[in-house]
Amino acid sequence: MAAPILRLRDLTRRFHGPDAPPVLDRLDLTIGAGEFVALLGRSGSGKTTLLRTLAGLDPVTEGEALLPARRAVVFQEPRLLPWKPVWRNVALGLPGAAEAVRQRALAALREVELAHRAGAWPLTLSGGEAQRAGLARALVREPDLLLLDEPFAALDALTRLRMQSLVAELWQAHRPAVLLVTHDVEEALLLADRVLVLAGGRLVQDLAVDLPRPRRRAAPGFDALRIRLLATLGVDEDGHDAARAA
Amino acid sequence: MSGQSLGASLPLRRAPSRPDLGALRLDRARRFVVPVLLILLWQAGAEAGLFSIRLLAPPSAILAAAWQLILSGELLHHLLVSLRRVAIGLAIALGAGVSLGLVAGLSRLGEDALDATLQMLRALPFLALVPLLILWLGIGEATKIALVALGATFPIYLTLFGGIRSVDPKLLEAGRVFGLDRAALIRHVVLPAALPQALVGLRYALGTAWLSLVVGEQINATAGIGYLVMDAREFLRTDIILVGLLVYALLGLGADQLVRVIERRALAWRPSLVGEG
Repeated sequence: MAAPILRLRDLTRRFHGPDAPPVLDRLDLTIGAGEFVALLGRSGSGKTTLLRTLAGLDPVTEGEALLPARRAVVFQEPRLLPWKPVWRNVALGLPGAAEAVRQRALAALREVELAHRAGAWPLTLSGGEAQRAGLARALVREPDLLLLDEPFAALDALTRLRMQSLVAELWQAHRPAVLLVTHDVEEALLLADRVLVLAGGRLVQDLAVDLPRPRRRAAPGFDALRIRLLATLGVDEDGHDAARAA
Repeated sequence: MSGQSLGASLPLRRAPSRPDLGALRLDRARRFVVPVLLILLWQAGAEAGLFSIRLLAPPSAILAAAWQLILSGELLHHLLVSLRRVAIGLAIALGAGVSLGLVAGLSRLGEDALDATLQMLRALPFLALVPLLILWLGIGEATKIALVALGATFPIYLTLFGGIRSVDPKLLEAGRVFGLDRAALIRHVVLPAALPQALVGLRYALGTAWLSLVVGEQINATAGIGYLVMDAREFLRTDIILVGLLVYALLGLGADQLVRVIERRALAWRPSLVGEG
């Protein structure tokens, strides 16, 4: 593994006082520079809490977290400021001279194929366009760690496929470490080097994905990994709840 | 696409999607049918002697009176006096309302210190303060301006405070993630988010300002539209009284239009305005 860029030791997070059951329970995690990691888990498993901690939105109260300084987030909803044109949203908070910042923002928008909408108001964008603007806003910061919080969940199926390959291309071009939070097993297998499964605040699986890129659903081995992950998540192949069936 | 051509297209593009102009004009014209009919009836009634023209001057007399007042320069003089009162009063209200709104909106301490007091004061009908204001400030300009300022401050304060407090926390979070400090968050996220509500407040404030003006100008005024009206009452000149009312109405409408223009420019990003041209 490349030099670690993120290291968590015994990370624990409780929401209701010191005696409450932890949402994250003594979590250990190391992510290498440039590594693409997907984090799976059912709702309530602590995925979002972990991501918020890594983003710096929630404080580290128990345990340690070594995080890179340059981090960027793409949220599930685009969270663009509606009163700023798209390129100003991308440029938000960037230091430097105005013209240089604008050029960087426009370059990032070209990378996500949204340059033609640079001057548009965010509320006039489609869901996919808005999410690409969010991606540009994260990329323009040249992060060492890119946090993706279910960024494709609200998109229609076709847009989602295009966004997934766009993210794969951008990752290969820029090589940030990525933590993709998702509940879509196939998406995790299409994109990640490593798939983690979070359950009850602990990592219950850490699965290396050795499939060749670009990934294909039809590739040998894909299905086997998918079934393994689904089993860990407690769902059988047909989508039935394995725990309940047992 | 080159950076150059992008730069050129950055100023917002507006896609005018106007319906057929002819049909629109007809549609607008139709709305004036009833008012015009009423005015014609009013005139006809006066000429037929259905009511005393001493108690209600006919439209023709009102127009004639307005024309005379314009020619003699009296109307302009009184209008300027009234406008000055509103302008100064509103300026004070804006200063006070915006400062109070910012302090209470942006800090819990400010809210605790100010909000309860201001809410209590707001519950008081401010026009009931006239006797006190007269005792404190006399019957001159100060009372009239104070009345305008008092009435207009509360809507500005309330809507700005409410607007600041209803900022989407998700946007604040995004701002924080992307490295905005507190000052930048306020500038780029909080204030723009509060602006739509604050502008509604401004429109309310203008409305109350005219109302306060009307009341204020009935207190021993020696100039202003209100004086013109009160003076005309002494001589039973209902035509001049109605000219005064007309001017008040036009001023109110004009102020409203002004805020609409501001809104259209400042809130161009809103979905209802985007694409409207």
